[in-house]
Amino acid sequence: MHILSMYVNGGIWLVPAVTVENISKRYHTVDGEIPALENVSFEVSEGEFVGIVGPSGCGKSTLLSIIAGLIKPSSGQVSIFGEKLTGVNPKIGYMLQRDSLFEWRTIYKNVILGLEIQNQVTPDRLQHVEHLLEKYGLSNFKNHRPSQLSGGMRQRAALIRTLAVNPDILLLDEAFSALDYQTRLAVNDDIYKIIKKEGKTAIMVTHDISEAISMSERLYVMSKRPGTIKMSIEIKFDMENRTPISSREAPEFRQYFNKIWKELDVHV
Amino acid sequence: MYKNESPEQKKYLLKLRAKKRLIAFLRLMLLVLIFASWEAVTRLNWLDPFIFSSPTRILNTFIRIYKEGSLFTHVFTTLWETVVGFLLGTIFGIIIAIILWLSETCSKVLEPYLVVANALPKIALGPVFIVWMGAGPVAIITVAVTVSLIVTVLEVYTGFLETDSEKIRLVQSFGANRKQVLTKVVLPSSFPVMMNALKVNVGMSWVGVIVGEFLVSKAGLGYLIVYGGQVFQLDLVMTSVLILSVLAALMYFGVQLIGKWISARY
Repeated sequence: MHILSMYVNGGIWLVPAVTVENISKRYHTVDGEIPALENVSFEVSEGEFVGIVGPSGCGKSTLLSIIAGLIKPSSGQVSIFGEKLTGVNPKIGYMLQRDSLFEWRTIYKNVILGLEIQNQVTPDRLQHVEHLLEKYGLSNFKNHRPSQLSGGMRQRAALIRTLAVNPDILLLDEAFSALDYQTRLAVNDDIYKIIKKEGKTAIMVTHDISEAISMSERLYVMSKRPGTIKMSIEIKFDMENRTPISSREAPEFRQYFNKIWKELDVHV
Repeated sequence: MYKNESPEQKKYLLKLRAKKRLIAFLRLMLLVLIFASWEAVTRLNWLDPFIFSSPTRILNTFIRIYKEGSLFTHVFTTLWETVVGFLLGTIFGIIIAIILWLSETCSKVLEPYLVVANALPKIALGPVFIVWMGAGPVAIITVAVTVSLIVTVLEVYTGFLETDSEKIRLVQSFGANRKQVLTKVVLPSSFPVMMNALKVNVGMSWVGVIVGEFLVSKAGLGYLIVYGGQVFQLDLVMTSVLILSVLAALMYFGVQLIGKWISARY
């Protein structure tokens, strides 16, 4: 599969940003072994926005943790721009369920947390941070505490924290699930635009079908545990400059939704 | 806060302030009431002032030992021992908690020992320390440290374990090592827990020092209390207890103030 999708573009062979090959993961407990993922393979090309949906407990967050280098797969391998992943990689930025901003730090100090950890607090990195804060409307809140910001602004600050270390690939692990519905729609739009503007590759895991369709260009549907990829769909809308909100209004949206809903086969 | 408050808001704020003042007033009145009735019942000889002392007798005793010049020696001895015991107990407690956090094996191995050590009345070790270290301030401070140490370890370690795991995952995704997880997340997020442990330790250190002084000392408030009891000078005992409660309160508020100062700056 991966050889097929190494496509030719203007005569240049492009290496995929992320290659996942035959990943399996088993968790070990005293009561026995739990297979979480089985033979998961896919590729993400540079600049692409990929969504992964699946029922809860299907191992999609495990998959993301493996790509982030936080846990090791039982078998299989992940490559980032053709290089085998061995641990946490600075090319990858990870966004978690909650914004996890530290209340004991100001917004500015929160945003440079990654730089501090990677010993990258250099003048030009800080300038990049200033630029991001300015561009995305947070420069007036630099000295505020996280609790003084709205949910949407906090999520923005969390994204800038991730972007500050300049990753090429962003992993979003149910990154919006802690927000209420209205805020969530607005934040989807906001974060999507920022990711596109910065030209990042993104992999988003969610259990929200609408969110996945509205943001992704390609969508993988996972099965129940042990998680495997059941289906892959390309999401295309007949419009220019799609955004998550405009996508939701497109006539194709409903069709994609029904197709995925059937595939997920949800029973109460 | 706002310039154009509505009359309702003003009324609300006034009510809040009035309530606050009332509480402060009642608190003061309760104190006055206790001392006044104490004075009254002993003057009327409903209670024997020789056994129960009285506020005026306490005041006279206070003035007497102040004039004798021994007041400061006693107060200073006890205060010094308590502060040293408090600092050592807190610092070592936090260091041990960090070690336990760094090594899961270590904490698992030590767990039953810590539980027993916590349940054991540390005072029981007093005589042992006196034999080992001699009848002096070192033994007294050691008692104070043992009393506060184990509680600090358990409380701070539990606080460390309760650190939000998502925050830890976040810094790990930036490539943080164990030491960075500790300094960037675990320690700052456990600051309120540590402050609480410190406040508990103030009381613990006083207990340790006073008991230590009961056992061995030649000076200090604990010594005055034991001596006063032995020679049936209850005035002296009551005076020492009052001084003690004022000092303990001051130290408690001092720690609270330092905590507020640190969290405001950090």
